Amino acid sequence: MSLIQVEKLSVNYGSRIALSEVDLKIEPGEIVTVVGPNGSGKTSLLKAIIGATPPTAGSVKLKPNLKIGYVPQRLNFNSSLPMTVERFMQLRHKGGNKSCVMALEEVGVSSLIKQQMSQLSGGQFQRVLLAHALINNPEILLLDEATQGLDQPGSAAFYRLVEEARQNTGCAVLMISHDLHVVMSASDRVICLNGHVCCAGTPAVVASTPEYKNLFGTETDRTLALYQHDHDHDHDHDHDLKNSAVR
Amino acid sequence: MLDDFMIRAGLAGVGLAFAAGPLGCFVVWRRMAYFGETISHAAILGVALSLMLQVSIFAGALAVALLMAWIVNLLSERGYAIDTLLGVLAHSSLAVGLVVVSFISGIRIDLMAYLFGDILAVSHLDLAIIWGGALLILILVMWRWSPLLTVTLNEDLSYANGFNPKREKLLITLSLGLTVAVAVKVVGVLLIVAMLIIPAAAARTLARTPEAMAVIASIIGAASAILGLRAAFVLDTPAGPSIVCIAAIFFITITLIGTFKKIQP
Repeated sequence: MSLIQVEKLSVNYGSRIALSEVDLKIEPGEIVTVVGPNGSGKTSLLKAIIGATPPTAGSVKLKPNLKIGYVPQRLNFNSSLPMTVERFMQLRHKGGNKSCVMALEEVGVSSLIKQQMSQLSGGQFQRVLLAHALINNPEILLLDEATQGLDQPGSAAFYRLVEEARQNTGCAVLMISHDLHVVMSASDRVICLNGHVCCAGTPAVVASTPEYKNLFGTETDRTLALYQHDHDHDHDHDHDLKNSAVR
Repeated sequence: MLDDFMIRAGLAGVGLAFAAGPLGCFVVWRRMAYFGETISHAAILGVALSLMLQVSIFAGALAVALLMAWIVNLLSERGYAIDTLLGVLAHSSLAVGLVVVSFISGIRIDLMAYLFGDILAVSHLDLAIIWGGALLILILVMWRWSPLLTVTLNEDLSYANGFNPKREKLLITLSLGLTVAVAVKVVGVLLIVAMLIIPAAAARTLARTPEAMAVIASIIGAASAILGLRAAFVLDTPAGPSIVCIAAIFFITITLIGTFKKIQP
């Protein structure tokens, strides 16, 4: 059965409509990316899935006892809270230290185990968060804008780790992101959200739809869109580049 | 042995410090100092009401502190401009409490005893209440320790891990209410928050994990209680404020040493 089944989900905050009639299904082992501009309801969708936001209408069904690994956008770390990487990992995993080390090794940061969380760099911090999400062998990883604050190579490296984790453990991945190019090439399916589902499908299909171009061409990257419009061949060139950045 | 009032006072202070250590850490981590102030100022209203209705001071303070804890928790959920609202609630309940006390005629009331505590007058029953309350708080906080830490880091993470953050936040706030009620007799309503945050802040420099910080905070709090009582006895100063002064000295000393060590490679 599907890990997550969202049917006709609507979420309103007072009179503001965040999501209307969204359908979404996640099958085991697939990587699904939700893209959309600011205020398109990406975060509301994720919050509804984990139960933080009650649906106004429609339903969110999770597979019974679904094991979720959640990678938040950020943590409220302030200097008043002492926390080693090791202790942070144990918040989710009681018992042996071995699996903490293994999870950290998987994302290449096991040398940081005795460090204070507040002293990590942005990239290290995100990797520790990923290891934290992976430690209990989740059936699905949920990533909420997990690479905000990382530069493009940093994000690409991060998504490569996510892809590796999927290959090693077979977990499904649902992520929401701004980093369109990097994220999309790593996905099996892309869902383009703007309050409702504008378009969905494989990355190549979605990137060529007029809805997608409308949304991202005009709102987030006007110059690139103009450029692509004028020089169609450059679009392919760009596509190759982004693949090479990921592989 | 318990017949010696100094021993009872010492035990009362240590009992409060043990509960205030871990809870105070959460107050520091979650930046809830003003929350604590509001709940503790409301306790004076509880004291006034229980004097008027001639019921136990502890019961009155507990009822009003828990009620206020519940109200501020509810308001913070709604996301109102909480800082201003807490200020309004804190000071108006303090003022109303003081006015209500002035209406009570017949008996002469030593208001200082409730504002700054009366630890030297702790009775056997008080001691039982303080230790009972402290143990209850310790058990609650230890039982929910990991979920409480997770909520402090990120509420969505706690949803994803299967805990309801609202329930955990309510637990912290109600524990604060209970601490306030227990602490009225020891340090008084105006200095309760000091017993929560000063030992925790002092412990921060020495700790590498949240657990270590909680334990060290309890130890610093207990040491402050014992040394503060001793100082009050020797120097003939008020006991509650003396305890807080010792805690402040701990904080300043430890923080200065910590800063000095950081500068020295």
